[in-house]
Amino acid sequence: MYDGGKIIVGLAVFVVLFTFPFWFNIGSAAYKEPELQKPKQGKECVLPTQEMRAEHMQLLNDWRDQVVRNKEQYYHSPNGKVYWKSLTMTCMKCHTDKEKFCDKCHNSLDVSPYCWDCHVVPEGGE
Amino acid sequence: MSASRRKFLKLAGLTALGWSVCPSILRASTSEVIGDRAEGKALHAKRWAMAVDTHALNEKIMQKCVNICHKIHNVPEFDSEEEIKWIWAAPFEHLFPGQMHSRLMEVPEEKTLSLCNHCNNPPCVRVCPTKATFQREDGIVMMDFHRCIGCRYCMAACPYGSRSFNFSDPRKHLKEPTPDFPTRTKGVVEKCEFCAERLTEGKQPACVEVSEGALLFGDLEDPHSDVSKALEERYSIRRKPELGTEPCVYYLI
Repeated sequence: MYDGGKIIVGLAVFVVLFTFPFWFNIGSAAYKEPELQKPKQGKECVLPTQEMRAEHMQLLNDWRDQVVRNKEQYYHSPNGKVYWKSLTMTCMKCHTDKEKFCDKCHNSLDVSPYCWDCHVVPEGGE
Repeated sequence: MSASRRKFLKLAGLTALGWSVCPSILRASTSEVIGDRAEGKALHAKRWAMAVDTHALNEKIMQKCVNICHKIHNVPEFDSEEEIKWIWAAPFEHLFPGQMHSRLMEVPEEKTLSLCNHCNNPPCVRVCPTKATFQREDGIVMMDFHRCIGCRYCMAACPYGSRSFNFSDPRKHLKEPTPDFPTRTKGVVEKCEFCAERLTEGKQPACVEVSEGALLFGDLEDPHSDVSKALEERYSIRRKPELGTEPCVYYLI
């Protein structure tokens, strides 16, 4: 093998760098799902919790397009109820505190959605 | 063989029909609206239009219209060229430059209200590269603020100056934001939307509500609407009709 030493050293450096995130985090605490504030009023959400956890961003995007562009203001939930499609007027009526609900997961997962750049956080969070 | 296939297809068809009907029946029986916004309250029209009774308007009413609109839509207040406006009072010769002259027999009031004309042939919609501005089927020229990239083509295209651009963060110039309506961010264009959000709740536009009858709003295609009746009875003009934009805000003279 020509330049075997250099290749092996290079490979070793590459492997060490590539796996840096893994060994750097050895010993630090595992990811814990943040505790969210449960709404006091309203027992069920527009979709089951698991689905909301995974799909709420898509749902909000769909709601936005349907309301702004197609005048479709009512959401017929699979739970049989009809909801007014609105982040501030429907979602935040139950999940009253943005900091104890939205921000908890968003911060711990380091995502920063820009909803609140325009939408006004309703008061009423304690 | 062929008879049994026929039977099978018939059955399958009936089953599919049953499935498609059943969920809607279930839904109708348990339907419930959260809050007081009942389904079916929304106002509909083939062609929304407004008539401005220029004689009935006075300084006080105009100020009331501007204030309520700007308050419920979180329109920021600037004291500079960055001014943002959805509806505003302006002198007649500014609004109708081609139709005013010094020897007019009947001189109209000094000022009147100006807002987005919700043109039938809106130039702003044609130039918008992202379709952030679009026209609804009922004629309202809407904006999807989420999509606006702030290129300002629409502002160049609009011959009425109905559009404003957020040169700086509007939140800093809002005293008390209304939580029920979003604010905008820096770099977004905004304008009057004929209170589309109020129409879905079954309410008239806010300016019409406080105008003490000086602003009329309704369906242009409906001969019994307030707008149609007023236009039939009185002489009316529109802003810059020669441009072919077909404005849907009429001024009763």
